[in-house]
Amino acid sequence: MNMNDDQQSHPNPAGAGIPMQAPRQEMEYLCADCNAKNEIRAREPIRCRECGHRIMYKRRTKRMVQFEAR
Amino acid sequence: MDVNARRLVGIGAERVSHVSSTDFPGHYPNEDHSWNLQLFKQNLTVEIQRLSQRSIEFDIIGVDASIANAFRRIMIAEVPTIAIDQVYVFNNTTVIHDEILAHRLGLIPLNVDPTHMDMLEEGDTPTDRNTVEFKIDLECSWKDNKGKASASGSSTPTDDERYVNHQLLSKHLQWNPAGEQIEKLKNAGPLNGDIVLAKLRPGQAVEIVLHARKGLGKDHAKWSPVATATYRLHPNIVIKKPIPFERADEFQKCFSPGVVKVDKKKRTVKIDPKHMRNDTVSREVLRDPEFKDSVELSRIRDWFIFSVESESAYKPEQLLPEAIVIMKEKIAAMKTAALGLLGGEGGGGGVEGVQQREGEDVVMQEAI
Repeated sequence: MNMNDDQQSHPNPAGAGIPMQAPRQEMEYLCADCNAKNEIRAREPIRCRECGHRIMYKRRTKRMVQFEAR
Repeated sequence: MDVNARRLVGIGAERVSHVSSTDFPGHYPNEDHSWNLQLFKQNLTVEIQRLSQRSIEFDIIGVDASIANAFRRIMIAEVPTIAIDQVYVFNNTTVIHDEILAHRLGLIPLNVDPTHMDMLEEGDTPTDRNTVEFKIDLECSWKDNKGKASASGSSTPTDDERYVNHQLLSKHLQWNPAGEQIEKLKNAGPLNGDIVLAKLRPGQAVEIVLHARKGLGKDHAKWSPVATATYRLHPNIVIKKPIPFERADEFQKCFSPGVVKVDKKKRTVKIDPKHMRNDTVSREVLRDPEFKDSVELSRIRDWFIFSVESESAYKPEQLLPEAIVIMKEKIAAMKTAALGLLGGEGGGGGVEGVQQREGEDVVMQEAI
């Protein structure tokens, strides 16, 4: 089992100033109770908009993982 | 059925006797037991007893246990099949861990004819000749009514009434034909579409790409073409003294159903030679003080009853011929290697393996 190469390689490798920033996406979290999508912002209580639950899960990474079927 | 006593393995209440074969040169004085092709052909019988979609029962009579066992082992470990080998997980939010899911995917028997595929060797790039690609893309969701209008009328709706795609089944494998595969492989997919691989709940999803390869059972059991490949020796039961008819039923119950025939009119008890093969040789008769001296239990040493169950693209009746082809290849390799050892007489200097070993020897001598 081995992780594939880091696909978020920098498009601007040859030291030409500022590394390009990926367009910052707002991080989405899932409510542990009702599975609704939520955003968490600074200085705001962590609380589900739908049901008021206070536990959030982070989404699984979109990165591919390779396995041998053994 | 009268069998030569030399062919019998004796079965006593607590022991077996005459286990090894004796038909080799020098065992019986003044008898020629050197191997003879004509005689072997005369004695050899292969007969299919039962054949179905997925399984076969056949007899091989007149061979040594080493040959029968070689075929059994080749069928299990050396007849190639196709199985999922590489799993690329893009998303899996089910409760089944990626590793476990990958393992379960690998064990799915695939209906891909191995003759159309090549082995992927170390360093090869995947092509349409050695890799079959499948995709899984499944997401579970609620049904519109969330199962509240339950058709079954019960207060607890079933999973089917509540959810869409609540199970990842082997039929969810989508074949992605590449190159010439669409003509050659027709429709590749799992042999059984109803294997449950994972259970899902609304919001959970699976997205996986799978690469299936050709391989051998000795590498991993998922490449074994058979679910079972076993043999047993044909039982032999002889009644030496007549069985008292009053106890015929008791005698009959000592054996598997059908083995003992009781004739109510003639008041006789006989062994049915056709059904004798079904006996398990439980030795139950030998526990009865009255029966134990009137019956002789044994098995026939060179009569192998094979039972093979195919769980692959091969039809069950194809497996023995495939095993024979592989056995012949092995024998041919041994023959050239042996001729190579004689030194050049084999033509072309023998086999690679032998030459390699000679090469290693030279290196060793230099090192000393």
